[in-house]
Amino acid sequence: MRFGPTEEQDELRRVVRRFLEEKSPLTEVRRLMETAEGDEPGVWKQLSQELGLPGVHIPEAYGGQGLGFVELGIVLEEMGRALYCGPYFGSIALAANAILCAGSEAQKAALLPGIASGETIAALAVAEPSGRWDPGGIAAEARGAGSAVTLHGEKSFVVDGGRADLLVVAARRGHELGLYHLRGDADGVTRRALQTIDPTRKLARIELRGARAESLAEGGPAALAKTLDLGAAMLANELVGGAQKLLEMTVEYAKSRVQFGRPIGSFQAIKHKCADLLMAQELARSSAYYAAACADEAEKELPAIASLAKAQVSDASLKIATESIQIHGGLGFTWEQDVHLYFKRAKASEVLLGDPTYHRELVAERWEI
Amino acid sequence: MDAEQVRREVRAWLESNWNPELSLVEWREKLADSGWGCPTWPLDWYGRGLPVALGDVVAEEFERAGAVGTPGGGGMGLAAPTILEHGSDDLKRRLLRRIVTGEDTWCQLFSEPGSGSDLAGLTTRAELDPVTDEYVVNGQKLWSTSAHHARYGMLLARTNWDVPKHRGITYFALEMHQPGVVVKPLRQMNGYASFNEVFMNDARVPAANAIGEVGNGWTVALATLAHERRSFDALRANRPPRGRGRALDEQRRETAEIMEPYKWYPQRAGRADLIVERAKATGRNRDPVVRQEIVKLLSLARASEWTARRAKAARVLGRPPGPEGSLGKLYSSEVARACARVHTLISGTDSLLAGADGPLDGTIAEILLSVPAVSIAGGTDEIQRNIVSERVLGLPKEPQTDAERAFRDVPRNRR
Repeated sequence: MRFGPTEEQDELRRVVRRFLEEKSPLTEVRRLMETAEGDEPGVWKQLSQELGLPGVHIPEAYGGQGLGFVELGIVLEEMGRALYCGPYFGSIALAANAILCAGSEAQKAALLPGIASGETIAALAVAEPSGRWDPGGIAAEARGAGSAVTLHGEKSFVVDGGRADLLVVAARRGHELGLYHLRGDADGVTRRALQTIDPTRKLARIELRGARAESLAEGGPAALAKTLDLGAAMLANELVGGAQKLLEMTVEYAKSRVQFGRPIGSFQAIKHKCADLLMAQELARSSAYYAAACADEAEKELPAIASLAKAQVSDASLKIATESIQIHGGLGFTWEQDVHLYFKRAKASEVLLGDPTYHRELVAERWEI
Repeated sequence: MDAEQVRREVRAWLESNWNPELSLVEWREKLADSGWGCPTWPLDWYGRGLPVALGDVVAEEFERAGAVGTPGGGGMGLAAPTILEHGSDDLKRRLLRRIVTGEDTWCQLFSEPGSGSDLAGLTTRAELDPVTDEYVVNGQKLWSTSAHHARYGMLLARTNWDVPKHRGITYFALEMHQPGVVVKPLRQMNGYASFNEVFMNDARVPAANAIGEVGNGWTVALATLAHERRSFDALRANRPPRGRGRALDEQRRETAEIMEPYKWYPQRAGRADLIVERAKATGRNRDPVVRQEIVKLLSLARASEWTARRAKAARVLGRPPGPEGSLGKLYSSEVARACARVHTLISGTDSLLAGADGPLDGTIAEILLSVPAVSIAGGTDEIQRNIVSERVLGLPKEPQTDAERAFRDVPRNRR
């Protein structure tokens, strides 16, 4: 398995970083996080039309660029670094993957080009108010025979769900788990924005009262599981970006902040902490990159490694965020300092798609321990 | 010269020269004369002046032919490269050949009871006797692997106490077989005695045996230390030779002797490889807390392997080394400690049993009593964290109180 970026991948990273530094600086993040929509449509349009980012890993046959999950991981890492507020993670790293995993040829051809061009925003609704991410937590029902059904139940923690044009919903028909798609504004769909600790990522609760939907042809438990594995692997990559930026900010602060007549970064209590954070970050980075590489090249390894990466990166990111506040001291606890923005993203992402304990148990099962 | 040319040449040479029935020394005389034993060394000094990459080609051909190479251990790994880099021609002439043939083995005389992390604070004293032009050495060294059978020691001693610590040290090649040198085994907390203490009481070393300038020993020592890790990795990669013949038998004995001190090193690293099978054998794999801890440990172990792979991939692509390359030692400590913790969780009360009464015939006990070495040996984790935070993250050094003072005036351990 190839492990180490190619020239093209480095170039992709540079382009995305430059774009986001210009279009999504933290001043802009702070402005957008206070709004209900949470993003700037003009930036999404540019990112779609000029850079083609929504289609980065979607096959060319469905209007995408046909690159892989390693490239998607790079885009997400850069978005995590910038705390970019647009509906990318929900639409591309979750919903598009659900359709790629579960759609028939015709469904993929019908649904993916809009997502790849950025014109359609999609969202994936799996978890419910119980907050469980395992299949046993899915109680929403699909009623009816054939491919046309009505959906009944309540979904929660739906990333970018409040504004999605297209919803992909996990529900059971009888005992059978399936994935279904419908328009976000279909009759019988009621959406409510959730108040969360991380205002840079918008989540929704969705009530389904007999909304008409179509079943995705291959949407069984395997497709759902794979979708969630890919989501976990990609969330790990996004988190690595935020943690890296935070580590850089914190090390810079330790170099410039003077107490007792010298920079606090010259005290071993701080230096050693920073070295430990770097260690945690590099291990986390390796796991996230390895998971992305598995998504492209080692499908059998993916389930365990995706969970490994989600658990390890979540822990590392939270550790880096927590200690970054600590190293910033009192300033780190203020609203004005940017550290809390990253802390909140790390804290919310720790439990999104399943917390580290849940994922470690999955690793144990998948490795047959 | 390209790889294929080198390959053809070494292959032809091995075909007409390799003879397992020679004695080990006879065979290595041929290696020294031909330069094929140390192909990356200079042409004038038993080598062929090849770049490292072509040296690998030569090693592959030796492996393919099943031919014996130069000896492992501190002579080839540490002393020779240091002498090549800093030694006088006289020293090269006197010392290098017998390292290549394996007739002389070497040990390191660096650490002292009073200076561990602060190696440059060493207090072994070397004073010139102008009558004989010899230095008279007094002091104590420790952690010296293989000192009990070494012919020479790489000795760091203080020759000037009136300058700051890094500037008063001289590096010597010390003859070990003399009345002023006493070697005693140093017993460790896990019961093994893999290293030695070396006591020097009016030991003598000719002034001509200084490697590098008098007072410049610290620079020379850094060259040795730079080779240390690489040399140890190479030693462990060393596969026992296949086949029969006098040279091969002798080499097997030589390798066994060199490797003897390292036989507990797998336990020192924590034995992550035993975790899952032990958990299943004891039924502890069904405990959800144990499962969590096992996965945490294995995730850490896998991620540190991947990190090493990333560092290697970057090296192959010729990119500047990223932070991932500097962290390996710290990861090893963390993995080893996590292993000790999880082995204890799995074995429960049996963790206190040792030897024949202990789990896995004492292996678990040996792990628990060997792991503390990982975070100390070869530079403590604390020093490693200083290095990482200063060189990788660019954080400032702590103010130093000893760097610019005459060493004589620096507070130090009293004995």
